[in-house]
Amino acid sequence: MALFHSTRRWFGVAAVFSLITLTPLAVILSAFLDPSPDIWAHLSEFVLPRLLWNTFILMLGVSVGGLVLAVPLAWLIAMYDFPGRRFFSWALMLPLAMPAYVMAFTQIGLFDFTGPIQTWMREVWGTSAAMPPIRSTGGVILVMSLALYPYIYLLARDAFASMGRRALEAGQSLGLSRRQAFFRVALPMARPWIVGGVSLALMETLADFGTVSIFNYDAFTTAIYKAWFGLFSLSSASQLASLLVLLVFILVWYELRARGRRAYTVTGRGSIQAKRDRLPTLSGLLATAWASVVLGLAFVIPFAQLLWWCRQAITTDLDARYIRFVWYSLLLAGLAAVAVAVVALLISYAQRRDARQRTRFAVRLATLGYAVPGTVLAVGVFIPIAWLDNVLLNVFSSYLPEGQTAIFKGTLLVMILAYIARFLAVGFQSVDAAMQRITRSQEETARVLGEAGWGLLRRLYLPLLQGGLFTALLMVFVDVMKEMPITLMTRPFGWDTLAVRVFEMTSEGEWERAALPSVAIVLVGLLPVILLAQRRHA
Amino acid sequence: MSVLLELRHISQRYAAQEIVKSLSLQLEQGEIGCLLGHSGCGKTTVLRCIAGFEPIHDGEILLKQQPISRPNQSVPPHQRQIGMVFQDYALFPHLSVADNIGFGLHQHTASHRQQRITELLELVGLTAHAQAYPHELSGGQQQRVALARALAPKPQLLLLDEPFSNLDVALRERLGQEVRDILKREQMTAILVTHDQHEAFAIADQIGVMQAGQIVQWATPYELYHQPANRFVADFVGKGVFVPGTITGSHCVEIEFGEICRVDLDSRGFAVGSRVDVLLRPDDVVHDDFSPLKAQVVNRAFQGEVFLYTLALASGQQVLATVASHHNHRIGEWIGIKLDLDHLIAFPS
Repeated sequence: MALFHSTRRWFGVAAVFSLITLTPLAVILSAFLDPSPDIWAHLSEFVLPRLLWNTFILMLGVSVGGLVLAVPLAWLIAMYDFPGRRFFSWALMLPLAMPAYVMAFTQIGLFDFTGPIQTWMREVWGTSAAMPPIRSTGGVILVMSLALYPYIYLLARDAFASMGRRALEAGQSLGLSRRQAFFRVALPMARPWIVGGVSLALMETLADFGTVSIFNYDAFTTAIYKAWFGLFSLSSASQLASLLVLLVFILVWYELRARGRRAYTVTGRGSIQAKRDRLPTLSGLLATAWASVVLGLAFVIPFAQLLWWCRQAITTDLDARYIRFVWYSLLLAGLAAVAVAVVALLISYAQRRDARQRTRFAVRLATLGYAVPGTVLAVGVFIPIAWLDNVLLNVFSSYLPEGQTAIFKGTLLVMILAYIARFLAVGFQSVDAAMQRITRSQEETARVLGEAGWGLLRRLYLPLLQGGLFTALLMVFVDVMKEMPITLMTRPFGWDTLAVRVFEMTSEGEWERAALPSVAIVLVGLLPVILLAQRRHA
Repeated sequence: MSVLLELRHISQRYAAQEIVKSLSLQLEQGEIGCLLGHSGCGKTTVLRCIAGFEPIHDGEILLKQQPISRPNQSVPPHQRQIGMVFQDYALFPHLSVADNIGFGLHQHTASHRQQRITELLELVGLTAHAQAYPHELSGGQQQRVALARALAPKPQLLLLDEPFSNLDVALRERLGQEVRDILKREQMTAILVTHDQHEAFAIADQIGVMQAGQIVQWATPYELYHQPANRFVADFVGKGVFVPGTITGSHCVEIEFGEICRVDLDSRGFAVGSRVDVLLRPDDVVHDDFSPLKAQVVNRAFQGEVFLYTLALASGQQVLATVASHHNHRIGEWIGIKLDLDHLIAFPS
């Protein structure tokens, strides 16, 4: 009978899944409630000042670097026409395919003292002292800016493309020159988008583990990792993680505010951009040159270097062990993708069946994990599982074999839960977008024609959600292939992936041997970039 | 004739607001009913209650004398055997026209399903488009597919929610007639919901004019137009103006035009001497060059076959008149008019 009451149970579904993200966060933040004063004392005296300073400098540097790289290019590409504009419009997103940690060791390999550039400089000029050292704070900032500017570029470009011309004309009609109009009208109008892009880039910066560890740059993530493995100190790890989470929350607040502002900013009717102005020859060539330099530094040269290094490694490293890395990468990515897709489908459907405020809120919470660094999630998922293990071990001790210390910890469960928490937002976005396209009247029509429950799912929802589910699977698959900290910290013994291999090789400075797994990761990473480029090319 | 659908004093609330207030109606087998009213009067809500998508908080809905909706009890939509055509047609984009039509026939054998689909394609005239997809069809064609799809499982009742609102006017008229023919041929009982009275007049046997969650009059189109139960219906249905008048006898009323006495004029229980407002419709005022009564053209609207003139009498009282459009009078001209009143529609002043 009553169709109307069964909708309420869907809130429960959404609430249960939101726990996957909430529990780790709550566990981490509870470190504030029960602080061990000696650990805090040790941290604040020896560790924290340096970490906070480093993090501050890094965030400042990446913001400035990312803005300088992304905004002028976004403006040029959105508003003007110059040779190669069409190509650069999507090509400038290519760095998204290359994880920052891959770019890190590649750039170091290129620009370091023993690398090809300095070697060539010494051959020509006898000295390479003019080249600033890559292994420095400046180096980290440069690499992360090059790796993360696409987030800002993408959003800024869309903003300028839909509003730029109108902003310029409005400014000019009020007596401003083009340059003034850009700074005083266009830029402020695009601010919500730009702030959103910068927030995303900074979240990635805070979450980054591979890059800072390759550069030996002390950051929260590396400190958490060291506490985890080196000191075996779970409490130090979670204290540090709690501080990191606080920083992240500030960014999340900024990003959500920016997202809200975007919704209210009037973009006007139609996104059909009027004809672009052709730049005069010299300026046009300068624009092409600038875009080429950025793309070259951020993608082409590093990728070429990787391929070069591979030549050697293919003959020596491509063996059965290597196949195992590939296999574990594919397996984990596949499992995580399916898990995320299923959860995303369930919460999207829950939100549709029970549209109350509380359900939407639960879904919102569940997808919050995208901002939380992998290192934090690893710690946050591990602690409750370990606690659960202890409880179960105590309760069932008489039934278990002697010497058993673990039931769930050290298994795939921890990993998969952490992946779900981290990547649910990615999967949810595509699934929910597809879900929204199914109108209420289509669902009601199907009901009136006699379908309910499973039949409805099978005959109406699944066929129409295919596209969204496929995109979700693809995006999560790629993200997990690239992922490093969660994999490193929670993988079952022996489950080494390509990313783990890269970490091992780079820890020992063996750039060439890290190249082969890196190329595989970048190739996989190209898939969503191409998808994204196609879709946006409206 | 048996009663197929009955609504007994149903009420429906959303948050603290009453959307439908103690509404009752009866629909006989084979009848086409209509709920007519402005946006927000609750007509779509009533339809959704009948379909089972909204609960009712009071009263009962009965289909073939069996209750299908009661407060806290409801037969789910997929078990009611009620068909529905939505305003946006809601065709399934991943299925062809034929598969859309056959969607509700999953319980039948393949051959029977195929037979029924062919029947319906012929009925709505879309046999040539059986393998097309919804996005390849025009608005009118999509609407016909939606109708065929709803009729395929031979429902007991068909509900139509503003089915023509997305179509242009010329198409609306043509399709309206076609839909009525199809429904009558299938002997289908149906309820239509619309804000467009022309649609209602073209399709329905019985119309319920709704206001603020209640039916103010349930009658045939002719009765609504010529015997409106109250001012609201008189205003809503058709055009007209009210002129003041006095009752002078059991079949007589005096207005500015003069005293009108006709045997079939029923002053409906008004006392002699009482003041009333008499409704004059545009077809009640006739252009007569030889009439001593003159009125000045204040406004005019060309409507193809007729002009709708707004005329002002010497006293300033304005009336409307439809005149064959070859009588082309300019604004400001004085023309002769006389009254041709068949029904007395009057309400207390």
